[in-house]
Amino acid sequence: MVVEQASDTEIDRIFQALADATRRDIVRRVLQGEQSVSALASGYAMSFAAVQKHVAVLERAALVAKERRGREQLVRGNPDGLHRAQVILDRFEELWRHRTASIASILAED
Amino acid sequence: MTEITVDKDFEALTMTFVAEFDAPVERVWQVWEDPRQLERWWGPPGWPATFTRHDFTVGGQSRYYMTGPDGEKAPGWWEITAIEAPHRLVFDDGFADDDGEPRREDMVTTMTVTLEDIDGRTRMTNTGQFSDPAEFEKMLAMGMEDGMRQAVGQIDAILAG
Repeated sequence: MVVEQASDTEIDRIFQALADATRRDIVRRVLQGEQSVSALASGYAMSFAAVQKHVAVLERAALVAKERRGREQLVRGNPDGLHRAQVILDRFEELWRHRTASIASILAED
Repeated sequence: MTEITVDKDFEALTMTFVAEFDAPVERVWQVWEDPRQLERWWGPPGWPATFTRHDFTVGGQSRYYMTGPDGEKAPGWWEITAIEAPHRLVFDDGFADDDGEPRREDMVTTMTVTLEDIDGRTRMTNTGQFSDPAEFEKMLAMGMEDGMRQAVGQIDAILAG
């Protein structure tokens, strides 16, 4: 997966999803192992519906995947979506590597 | 040789970039303070920056534009929020309208730069906090991919030199 193929909307969704501390925490938890929405909800001082809403935002950004099993909704981390966020930061790393190399060459002229 | 380490927190969208230079702190500070030096390294590859204003004081504003391969211009701005010369600089960086006015509704990246003396060399630590997708969309539009291939070539050339 390369970032050029990501549409603006997809990138928007990733950033909006990760801009919230509770949603980042949910991502961390489900990366450690699949969890039901009710198990997740018990970990936060907010309603089941509120947690479900956060999960839906993460799901739309493809950062987590949700699956219904019996009466439970199970949430797990989606490595592809998280990888995409990583790729975006990688671009900034490349930019700063370029800048650092340019600074080094300016300093080398002294 | 310039040593580089990078620490990315992709959940919090922060990146800390550490580089060491063979020059004293006061000299490295100049590449930030002097707009003629700054514009030689600020733009991404293929997009050289021109600073038309660089008020290097607390509360000071900078205005710049980057010129793309087909002559298109991408204007940007800084607002400096802290300066402790020659060791620490904090500023907000963002994109501007064509007339140079800051687009604060777009992403603003807060950059914290620290320079430390390490036996006559300088360790530069930059922490960037990214909060909004707008700048990424523009970066994508600016053909960063081509730029990156060039950057690799430029780094190789410097290392070989």
